[in-house]
Amino acid sequence: MFFLDYIWLIPLFPAMGAAIMFFFGRKIEKPAVNAVCVGAVVLAFLFSCGAVWQYTGWSAMPEHAHQPFQKILYTWLGSDSSHLNFVKHDGTPAAFQADAGFLLDPLSSIWLLFVTGVGMLIHIYSTGYMAHEGGYYRFFGYLNLFMFSMLTLIMGNNYVVMFVGWEGVGLCSYLLIGFYFHRKSASDAANKAFIVNRIGDAGFLLGMFTLAWYFGSFRFTDINHLARTGNFQIGDPIITAAALLLFVGACGKSAQLPLYVWLPDAMEGPTPVSALIHAATMVTAGVYMVARSNALFVLAPTAMKTVAIVGALTAIFAASIGLVQNDIKRVLAYSTVSQLGYMFLALGVGAFAAGVFHVFTHAFFKALLFLGSGSVIHAMSGEQDMRNMGDLHRRTPVTHWTMFIATLAIAGIFPFAGFFSKDEILWQAWSSERGAYQWLWLIGVITAFMTSFYMFRLMYLTFHGRPRMSHEVEHHIHESPKSMTVPLIILAAGSIFAGWLGVPHSLGGSNRFEKFLEPVFAKEAKPVLAEQTPGQLAAGQKEAEHTNPTEYLLMLLSLGLAAAGWGLAWKVYRHADKGYAEPIAAKTPLVYTAMLNKYYVDEGYDYIFTGRRKLGPARLGVMGLGDASAWFDSRIVDGTVNGAGWTTRAVGTLSTWWDRWIIDGLLVNGPAIVARVFSYPARLVQWGLVQWYALLMVAGLVGFVAYYSYR
Amino acid sequence: MTPITPIHYLILAAALFALGTIGVLTRRNVVIVLMSIELILNAVNLNLVAFSRMWGLEGQVFSIFVITDAAAEAAVGLGILIAFFRNKETVNVDEVDLLKW
Repeated sequence: MFFLDYIWLIPLFPAMGAAIMFFFGRKIEKPAVNAVCVGAVVLAFLFSCGAVWQYTGWSAMPEHAHQPFQKILYTWLGSDSSHLNFVKHDGTPAAFQADAGFLLDPLSSIWLLFVTGVGMLIHIYSTGYMAHEGGYYRFFGYLNLFMFSMLTLIMGNNYVVMFVGWEGVGLCSYLLIGFYFHRKSASDAANKAFIVNRIGDAGFLLGMFTLAWYFGSFRFTDINHLARTGNFQIGDPIITAAALLLFVGACGKSAQLPLYVWLPDAMEGPTPVSALIHAATMVTAGVYMVARSNALFVLAPTAMKTVAIVGALTAIFAASIGLVQNDIKRVLAYSTVSQLGYMFLALGVGAFAAGVFHVFTHAFFKALLFLGSGSVIHAMSGEQDMRNMGDLHRRTPVTHWTMFIATLAIAGIFPFAGFFSKDEILWQAWSSERGAYQWLWLIGVITAFMTSFYMFRLMYLTFHGRPRMSHEVEHHIHESPKSMTVPLIILAAGSIFAGWLGVPHSLGGSNRFEKFLEPVFAKEAKPVLAEQTPGQLAAGQKEAEHTNPTEYLLMLLSLGLAAAGWGLAWKVYRHADKGYAEPIAAKTPLVYTAMLNKYYVDEGYDYIFTGRRKLGPARLGVMGLGDASAWFDSRIVDGTVNGAGWTTRAVGTLSTWWDRWIIDGLLVNGPAIVARVFSYPARLVQWGLVQWYALLMVAGLVGFVAYYSYR
Repeated sequence: MTPITPIHYLILAAALFALGTIGVLTRRNVVIVLMSIELILNAVNLNLVAFSRMWGLEGQVFSIFVITDAAAEAAVGLGILIAFFRNKETVNVDEVDLLKW
């Protein structure tokens, strides 16, 4: 099987492109850059198609039924299993090993196809969009590096290789957001993206190592097999902890609360970057990771609940901010955060296939929306504020119609792509687990209404109403070149037809998307609830073939709300002229200001975490703790050290005095003085006269004799 | 006539001893002092011999020792005198006062 055996070429093509740009990019001409970089991604796409095609054939063979295809090139980290060098949680030794391996199964096939496909279209688009920008080769080099990292992420067969890709896309995100590094706002945004991502990465690493410690391996196949067959208790605390830690990583990468703050600022990068990284690919990495770890999440209902709640809250929170933003890319950024919330809501209620389906359709229409907005910005000579746009639909027809199709898709209008995927999520939220998540359904439905409203607001403000731009800009409005409009058309086709892969049973379809993903999710998912009433289906398993009439009711309800959002936007913004009024601003100015300022979350973070804003003289949070520690260290600790030094010197002075006066004076010189004093008279005895000494001797002798004779 | 008893020898020895002592203590010339020392030693010899008549021959043996010792001592003393004379050009005992304070 050629494409399967050479599957490792798929990430290699863009890697080579990036390497060539790194070494020779400066010296080669733009057409050569195009040929190398765009060609690399085209090759990657073709090889991906070939690999997925051959995989379907390979997995149809009875000996490989429903197995993932693994191609292990070599053992990258660690030893082979004869060397056991860390200890698992139960005390048995295990081998630390991460292979340079590739995994292809239905889940990664889907990601592979849309990452390379949409990536290819965006590369082609960028040749037109970036044609007049400086640093052309640098841009394409980074873009290819990004493709390499993303492909590594989705094709890795173990958590470590996935983490390599995970970090790589974070790096490329930093490089590309800060592409116009001369602008401080761009480099700040790049820093913010990387740092917030890093916080998530800490969670990812901790989760990954917890899993290795618990299961003894990093490979997906090993962990999934053990999780499914290992008699683990539902709600196992270590698996729950690992799942929650991995989800923290997903929050950082896929911009969920509270780590979403980098994504709106990431719009500082060029528009193709926003389309590729922040709409279609990098931000879906978190969803991919959670979907890949579904065997673990299914064993940890607390973690699933957390995922669902965070997803739903993120969805409605971001949608509310998007209602009032004036920069066209900001609206789309918050829309992305909101749609990602939907995906995590789907994963959290157990509808893994629905979440993945929404990722798939979202890639098409969100990329289209971003590329279309790029086309608009290109036509408007760099203007991004919608207050200064208007009435573009006659001058940029292709952009207008493709974006209109994308808006219909994202609002969830039948029969466009978003309808099927979003509806599936909402239905699963309503119906799973005996209705435990119905309040999340409510949040999702309100968000759908908001989504429709703000997307059509964007359409009407940009393309309809009265022209509100300055005259020079108005003169330059033109449709974009073919290199930009052809990808738009292709993506529009995707936005229309991609949804038809997942038509649910209730509407007469066979939901081939979900069937394709069955081996990954449904077949071996264990029941999530401890007690299971007969007839109760486990989350994630396909429903029996009969359909619930409530499903139709909910479908009509969400369609109605989407149409209502459209209608409301049409009424308010259809004739928007210079100085048009925002209805929310008119009715509730406080709420409007809060939404416009993104609920002051960034400012809050500045107070609590980064310490860039102070409360009076003091800083809060961790930085404040640092300030307090610094004060403590310099005053009290150093003061103590200095005090010890001073004490030592004082003792030294005391010792000196003692030594000089008491020891030397009293004890050493004293006897000497006494001796001298007594010696003065004593020496007088020595006259030097020998006869005198002799007389004394005789006197002594006489005394002795007298004494003894008269005793 | 009264017989010569050992008492007479003892008295003679004592007289010589006294003369010798006075000589050592009062004479100015170092040579005369040395002669007086010899006189003392000889008085002691006389004493010893007198007692040997009474109590055995050990007295005479001891006086031979004393004579030998006196000779050696005279030699050494004269040697010191000559060395001192070379330094100080005098034989006056009063001028041997190098150890004076």
